[in-house]
Amino acid sequence: MAGSAHEKVEKNVGLLIALVLVAVSFGGLAEIVPLLKDDGTTQPIKGLQPYTALELEGRDVYIREGCHVCHTQMVRPLRAETERYGPYSVAGEDVWEHPFLWGSKRTGPDLARVGGRYSDEWHRDHLYAPRDLVPESNMPAYPWLRYRQVNWRHTERKLNAMRMLGVPYSDDDIAEQLQRIARDWADKTEEDALVAYLQQLGTVRTGRSAP
Amino acid sequence: MSQLWSVYIIVLVVLNLVGCAVLLFWNSRMSAEEAQRETTGHSFDGIEELNKPLPRWWLWLFVGTLLFSAAYLALYPGLGNYAGMLGWTSSGQWQKEVDFVDRQTAPLFAEYAKVPVEELVQYDEVLEVGARLYMQNCAMCHGADARGARGYPNLTDGAWQWGGSPEAIRVSISEGRRANMMAFGPMLGGEDGIVDMAWYVAALSRPELAERDGVAERIERAAPRFAMCTACHGAEGRGNPQFGAPDLTDGNWLYGGRIEDIAQTLRDGRFGHMPGHAGLLSPERIHVLTAYIFSLSLQDEDD
Repeated sequence: MAGSAHEKVEKNVGLLIALVLVAVSFGGLAEIVPLLKDDGTTQPIKGLQPYTALELEGRDVYIREGCHVCHTQMVRPLRAETERYGPYSVAGEDVWEHPFLWGSKRTGPDLARVGGRYSDEWHRDHLYAPRDLVPESNMPAYPWLRYRQVNWRHTERKLNAMRMLGVPYSDDDIAEQLQRIARDWADKTEEDALVAYLQQLGTVRTGRSAP
Repeated sequence: MSQLWSVYIIVLVVLNLVGCAVLLFWNSRMSAEEAQRETTGHSFDGIEELNKPLPRWWLWLFVGTLLFSAAYLALYPGLGNYAGMLGWTSSGQWQKEVDFVDRQTAPLFAEYAKVPVEELVQYDEVLEVGARLYMQNCAMCHGADARGARGYPNLTDGAWQWGGSPEAIRVSISEGRRANMMAFGPMLGGEDGIVDMAWYVAALSRPELAERDGVAERIERAAPRFAMCTACHGAEGRGNPQFGAPDLTDGNWLYGGRIEDIAQTLRDGRFGHMPGHAGLLSPERIHVLTAYIFSLSLQDEDD
């Protein structure tokens, strides 16, 4: 009888929990699980390159300074956004992003397409003293980045961690990056690293090259 | 998406809808014996829970949501690979919006494109469009008032590093510019030579500097070496827009006119870089933007 079945569920907490889990899992099972296997969300778009060691360290500076708190990296498929920033974001751009930096709030502009848009010098001046260039800007200044050297101590482990997460660095790639650190990048500042990271953002979609 | 996953999603979605319908049907029914009872038998502190069927309005609302789901899934994508009767996609909607606005603005920009820049600057309506393009694309470096900053040229003062003709401005916007002032430190014979040359260059626009103590000697020492500079800046130091070499005699300094600033320029070089905008803006828009920027320097001449 219907009434008694209802009663059975209501008065049996274990059964209730099991049935609630079944009920709420429908959404995730239908909307999330297939994306873990879909090419559109698991395959990199054409031309996507793994970060160089310098860009990877720059990205860590970006995270440390909380850039993602005020800047998104997600151009939505809306005309106003593509007009302002460039091509809209697609999932295949982010398959090697660990963690992704889409952000959720735009106090400053979106940065997903900022690569190559301004000169290196502009980024340096702007990070050092934003209001020298944009008087109405409310972005904080990050002058210390200019005086701090990149800490390369953990870079090899970071590259290996990225490889474990699925970024296709080969042994040769990692060896090459370590070589470049020793040869070209030993004296790089955090500002250099951050600018290198910013200047490649979105270039795979805009076709611009980093200057 | 593979066929398997498509079927998986369809099964889940349909199961979900059917489950809701069954739940609704089950809860809206009451046996005759149950309907006889006035309360559910739950009693708390003397307060009893009445035994009533689901309210009709609520029931029909639930049925309404089920019908809505069915209609939605028929019209829009939601069932695996089935695209929906309307064929809607988010990228398709974006394309439609873009095409709609393009259809409206294209004739306007085409009309502007026919008019040469020198004439275009007379039309306020064009300059308004240009001002908006400027704010979106140029103000970050050249400033909202177009008066620039250290290292970023003032566009209103009539001094043009790369030429101020409409054609030169257009090329600057669309192709970008890359200045290449080499580091002359070693060639000037070290720090003393650099400072001598800095005074020499400063005196080109401020001859009165030569009257200061020791400056005349510095200028004299530097004079023969200025030959190195003439290749780009010209024999009289008046610059050459072909190389983006600025006029050194006009008192206009992109990186500052103090002796220290000029010395730094000589010591380390300057490599000002303006990125090209051909990939960001259509040629028609660059045409309008050129007119706007051309108009900025004209205004200054009127002042």
